[in-house]
Amino acid sequence: MTSNLVSGATGDWEVVIGLEVHAQVSSNAKLFSGASATFGADPNQNVSLVDAAMPGMLPVINHECVRQAVRTGLGLKAEINLVSVFDRKNYFYADLPQGYQISQFKQPIVGEGTLRIDLPDGSSRNIGIERLHLEQDAGKSMHDQHPSKSYIDLNRTGVALMEIVSRPDMRSSIEAAAYVRKLRSILRYLGTCDGNMEEGSLRADVNVSVRRPGEALGTRTETKNLNSLRFIQQAIDFEVTRQIEIIEDGGEIDQETRLFDTTTGATRTMRSKEDAHDYRYFPDPDLLPLVIPQDEVNELAAALPELPDQIKDRLIGDYGLSAYDAAVITEERETALFYEAASAGHDRKLVANWMTVELFGALNKSGQTLTECNITPERLGGLVGLISDGTISGKIAKDVFAVMFETGGDAASIVEEKGLKQVSDSGAIEALIDAVIAENEDKVLEYRAGKDKLFGFFVGQVMKQSGGQANPGMVNQILRTKLDG
Amino acid sequence: MADMLELGAVEARAALDAREISAVELTSAYIAAAEDTAGLNNYVALTAEHALEMAAASDARIATGEAGLLEGVPIGVKDLFCTAGYTSTACSNILAGFTPTYESTVTANLWREGGVMLGKLNCDEFAMGSANETSAYGPAINPWQTADGADLVPGGSSGGSASAVAARSALLATGTDTGGSIRQPAAFCGVVGLKPTYGRCSRWGIVAFASSLDQAGPFSRNVADNALMMQAMAGFDPKDSTSADVPLQDLSAALTRGVGGMKIGIPAEYVLDGMDPEVVTIWQQGQDWLRAAGAELVDISLPHTKYALPAYYIIAPAEASSNLARYDGVRYGKRVEAESLDEMYALTRAEGFGEEVQRRIMIGTYVLSAGYYDAYYLKAQRVRRLIRNDFDTAFENVDAILTPATPSAAFPVGRKVDDPVTNFLNDVFTVPANLAGLPGMAVPAGMNGDGLPLGLQLLARPFDEATLYAAGQVLEDAAGFIANPPRRAGGVS
Repeated sequence: MTSNLVSGATGDWEVVIGLEVHAQVSSNAKLFSGASATFGADPNQNVSLVDAAMPGMLPVINHECVRQAVRTGLGLKAEINLVSVFDRKNYFYADLPQGYQISQFKQPIVGEGTLRIDLPDGSSRNIGIERLHLEQDAGKSMHDQHPSKSYIDLNRTGVALMEIVSRPDMRSSIEAAAYVRKLRSILRYLGTCDGNMEEGSLRADVNVSVRRPGEALGTRTETKNLNSLRFIQQAIDFEVTRQIEIIEDGGEIDQETRLFDTTTGATRTMRSKEDAHDYRYFPDPDLLPLVIPQDEVNELAAALPELPDQIKDRLIGDYGLSAYDAAVITEERETALFYEAASAGHDRKLVANWMTVELFGALNKSGQTLTECNITPERLGGLVGLISDGTISGKIAKDVFAVMFETGGDAASIVEEKGLKQVSDSGAIEALIDAVIAENEDKVLEYRAGKDKLFGFFVGQVMKQSGGQANPGMVNQILRTKLDG
Repeated sequence: MADMLELGAVEARAALDAREISAVELTSAYIAAAEDTAGLNNYVALTAEHALEMAAASDARIATGEAGLLEGVPIGVKDLFCTAGYTSTACSNILAGFTPTYESTVTANLWREGGVMLGKLNCDEFAMGSANETSAYGPAINPWQTADGADLVPGGSSGGSASAVAARSALLATGTDTGGSIRQPAAFCGVVGLKPTYGRCSRWGIVAFASSLDQAGPFSRNVADNALMMQAMAGFDPKDSTSADVPLQDLSAALTRGVGGMKIGIPAEYVLDGMDPEVVTIWQQGQDWLRAAGAELVDISLPHTKYALPAYYIIAPAEASSNLARYDGVRYGKRVEAESLDEMYALTRAEGFGEEVQRRIMIGTYVLSAGYYDAYYLKAQRVRRLIRNDFDTAFENVDAILTPATPSAAFPVGRKVDDPVTNFLNDVFTVPANLAGLPGMAVPAGMNGDGLPLGLQLLARPFDEATLYAAGQVLEDAAGFIANPPRRAGGVS
């Protein structure tokens, strides 16, 4: 593995990164009210009396959100706390109607776990998960709708979030991105969060510090609310450079909360440690401790789908795929399922190759998704089957694939219809070769005199005569016998 | 028709069913009584028109034999309860004019059983107080008087409720009790008040003071009426996560059970230095009555009692400081416009909340602050556990506990107190039941030398309200107390 150290003017620095990811729970209703949790409604349409914190309103837990948190905990191989407690985090803001956020402070629903990240060089590494807790989202303040007033949209108020806190185990922005990518992948496999970063379903706060290798942790900053992998990497890289410069210039890092500017790629101070809120956490007296029966945990564990790491290991171990191909194929559940179906009964490695190169390439170009495009698992499998059994060559297969992608249809009928079948009849090939030799007597003499390079010329001529359909292996073999004869 | 006002709720139900009176007549009499006694300031909103409509509907149901438990019975509602379409302000300026679109579960239960809403009753602002003097509507007055004729407090926070029931301007009333806010005013006004077990009555739709302590309960002029109202208002509510799914006992049946063979505990720690001798006497009297009725009296110890008040005055303000954060001027209620959000908060809350509410918000904020949380809030919660343990131990040997309801009788409105802590002492006998979540009942037991009522308090195991009604009925029968306060409707003044 390559070194993650960053060299500054005065020597090497080690970067230490921890992430807090807020993942919106996939659920029909909010965490403590029956209001809809769907995205995209007109302002203040999905607001119940509880969400608006009307006098005398009380929260009642949405048990489906609890089950989603437990599923996620199980997916992170984490400890499930059968008893957890909801606390109030008190602060005033216009889009926080209760004047407190219901969260879990001392006793979260999920304890320690691990996440295996897949790095670009094909290696993997385990990152510690410290905890996962359930909490309410806040509303949205809009400051640009009126010259002197702010508008408040409470649709998101009270929507269930899972805050997933990592250990400070990451050492580069690439690892941090890999962490979020893998976390997102697991959440989507589990169906516990749609992972849609553009809509804000998944956002990350990054804690960054630098230190000399082997020394104690440096002072960290927290940059809030990053909603794309690119922004996460940019914010970390900016912080690392900024912090190293400050320290190398003899300064000190302030422990503070920072904001990321998506247009400049820079971070800036949001509030310093002195201005930090005193949230006055205490157990919410409107809610009893959350108790989950072990039986329910067992039932959820038994119903868990196969997760990307398991599938990846299987693809490498049983099918012999490369770590890279296996990681690419298993990032999305749809892709993994597509691959499993397409490769069943066919050359597994060859199917993986066709998927990651031809299919993904075509999708990239067309902007379609896997489910939208004309290629079904059966059709891709069929195409690879024709290559494997010698019906068509790899080269012809590319043309067939292009037709399949464009117009639909299965490989066998396209090959049949267009007469693209590979010629493997040795008599037919011999006849073609004899004709080519007869037409190029001078070249035959040159070849026999030692101009080996001309062999490629003869192959090309034969293939051309056959319209690309002659079995290239047989052409090679027969041609060599005849020329070297 | 003044004598109609002398009917209890059970009696009125019988008279209504027998068509001796109509619900409209009874309700009209109560509306007139409320208008007559307006000087007591126990109503903050009289909903006469609505009451008469409800009464007419009751008469129709009585006629078709569909009468509910409280059919046609006029009931006053503490202003802390949200009532759909009618102002619900917790007697605070910050909620001035607030009219909810929803009905609290407890009042909805009462109306479902045919109760008739007379109006909203005065109380301490956000139920914070023991004399009804912190109300934004000004103090409610006790219908009882001493010879000097001075206005007396009805107690609090449910002062309007106790005052109205005693003054015959409500036949029944709802209250809430966080540290004694039903039992103390009941004792001051000579009526019966029950604080149910925590979780018995839904808190949904009641303006929250301290969520882990608040309980709604009934006020009435006698024990049987109280049982009737409690039967109607209590019940499991899935909208309140702290509501208990424990079946309610048959409370009316308990009224005739008596105390024969019952063990009643007398806690040593409830004897206070310098306690009013008349309170001591009435407590002794209550013990004698229960013994005479066949109960066995047992000396018990509740060793952590002295820590109850300090623990309460940490936990209740802590919860209140958070519960009252929603009154911020953003969505409803009062707003003082300002240049910035923070300034708007500050001005709105400074103008909207009274002095006592502000004091408790500040205490609560302080005890939850970083660096103080462990020393105050956490320690108070440990004390609370010890107090509950004291009661659990005691209830291994006794079925109920008898104590005075208050350390004194009602005192004059505007009594000068230099130290707010003196006011807190009103709750010294009532607070432990809230901390432990136990049911408690205040029953009038007699009068002091100044002609003011004194009450006794009965406590029982969680969810055993029936024992309170059984023993309460015995005390009521033995005391023969007649609640005829001078300033009642149809009274002398």
